[in-house]
Amino acid sequence: MTFALALEQLLNGLQLGVMLFLMAAGLTLIFGVMGLINLAHGSLYMVGAFACAAVAAWTGSFWLGLAASLACAAAAGAVVELVVIRRLYDRDHLDQVLATFALILIFSEGTRWLFGSFPLYLDIPPLLQGAVQLPGGGEYPIYRLAIIAIGALVAVGLYVLIGRTRLGMRIRAGESDREMIGALGVDIRTLYTVVFALGSALAGLSGALVGATQSVQVGMGEPILILCFVVIVIGGIGSIKGALLGALLVGICDTMGRFLLPQLIALLLPPAQAGMVGGAVSSMLIYVVMALVLAVKPRGLFPPAHV
Amino acid sequence: MTRENLVNILLAVALLAAPLAANALGQAFYVTLATRIAILALAALGLNLALGLGGLVSFGHAAFFGIGGYAAGILAAHGFSGEPILFGLPGTVQMPVIWLVAVFTAAVVALLIGAISLRTSGVYFIMITLAFAQMVYYFAVSWPAYGGEDGLSVLVRNQFPGLNTMVPLNFFLICYVILLVAIALFALIRASRFGAALQAARQNEIRVATIGIGPFRIRLTAFVLSATITALAGALYADLNRFVSPSMLSWHMSGELIVLVILGGVGRLFGPVAGAALYVAFEFALGSLTEYWQFVLGLILLGTVLFVRGGLLGLFAGKARHG
Repeated sequence: MTFALALEQLLNGLQLGVMLFLMAAGLTLIFGVMGLINLAHGSLYMVGAFACAAVAAWTGSFWLGLAASLACAAAAGAVVELVVIRRLYDRDHLDQVLATFALILIFSEGTRWLFGSFPLYLDIPPLLQGAVQLPGGGEYPIYRLAIIAIGALVAVGLYVLIGRTRLGMRIRAGESDREMIGALGVDIRTLYTVVFALGSALAGLSGALVGATQSVQVGMGEPILILCFVVIVIGGIGSIKGALLGALLVGICDTMGRFLLPQLIALLLPPAQAGMVGGAVSSMLIYVVMALVLAVKPRGLFPPAHV
Repeated sequence: MTRENLVNILLAVALLAAPLAANALGQAFYVTLATRIAILALAALGLNLALGLGGLVSFGHAAFFGIGGYAAGILAAHGFSGEPILFGLPGTVQMPVIWLVAVFTAAVVALLIGAISLRTSGVYFIMITLAFAQMVYYFAVSWPAYGGEDGLSVLVRNQFPGLNTMVPLNFFLICYVILLVAIALFALIRASRFGAALQAARQNEIRVATIGIGPFRIRLTAFVLSATITALAGALYADLNRFVSPSMLSWHMSGELIVLVILGGVGRLFGPVAGAALYVAFEFALGSLTEYWQFVLGLILLGTVLFVRGGLLGLFAGKARHG
């Protein structure tokens, strides 16, 4: 195990964490403000990736694709909110789970209908191709560093938006007392649509960014959606700060666990078994972390004061 | 007799009569379809105990369904090859033994998952049960000894004393009888003191605590019971398909189980049967029309959640008496 390899894995973990944050921020915001559990968030991630791949293939420009992913995911989010989600705010969580589960079926099969079952591929834009030299001798793709930078920018942007702007003030007010803010003359229905579209756009953005490192296919949003649930449960549902820390914790734990655990177990067991045990244990690691966090703090690391 | 009881009896008779008729006409395929309905109904009945009576929205019951399936698959594989599983314990191809192992394993796992998950409630509970089920799923995918991602085939359907289980109707009857026993058990539990406490804890946790009943232990018991019934269904499902794979553990399966319960009617005695029958009928009818039948299923489901509250039994048998 060299230093360069460990650093590379750490960066991979950071990249995964940042992507999880983009998803989890929307999910936790929607829960915090509207009290809604949205399983279809992964579908919006998929919509973003497909929009980016289709537009990039059509125009030849990744950047136009990225813009399209934001626009399409936000538009899809707004439409879904207006048609379906709006009717669910007063329902219990069971109805919300079911309706958004139905939305997943509709989105997944609809996308399969439109694009077929074969995965699409997205090329990394020329500007971000290539790799940089890491201290210690390794190389690291520029594109992945760019993802980390974009994620950090979005985190700062969200912090400013929520903490420093009028819209953010309304969102925070909506979180603490939705009836009061309605009584004060804020159009709460429009605010909800805006928050939902914002969360969707973030999911779409992360889908497009990840799409270029993997393949773009139906069902791509589901594994990451479940990781995001782990993230927001660890962080405390409704807390953006919790989502950020939870995302980084899960991203780094998962990546470093897969890297280090098999090596640790190899010290104890013969190689053939160590590979098997190491693989199985490291794929379960983040769930163990989640269970540990919840055993100590059942409402996550940063539980919102109200709710 | 209430209207709901009448609908229930009709459902029970129809589920028995249809495969008998199909068998008499030599249509073994429809017997298998009915078996599938009975098994899915049993799995959903297990979930209905936690979800309907206890209000515990478990999004992780696929874990127990899959554990039951893998118990059947692994025991049968060892029973077939004659190799011991662990510490010289042999496998078996006898269904009753397999069922016991499936139920016991699921109970132990449910006790662990429940003990942690039930510390939380609401959305946290939904997400945590989901995450634990994913943990089991990833374990099955990455553990190569029993097929990993590819799953595990059960070469010959396991045996039941005195019956040839390879005859579709015989296997259906086994599943049907188990389903009826489970329904009776559900009715007994619902009417018992324990059931009353469980439902009261759903309706008003604070009041239940005030009169000196701890909701945690009641809920944990219900969660474990619920998991064992679903695991039993999983073991039967493995024998029906003669195949187990991680897809039995996937979160889609958990979602489908909830769908079955809701389609039929939450907390209703025969809700899972109605839900499973409707679901399998959709799957069969729409699946023969279009490859994208899940798209239509999604629309139907969405419509049901938004506009038809109380599920199928709510439509035919009127509103439920309890809240």
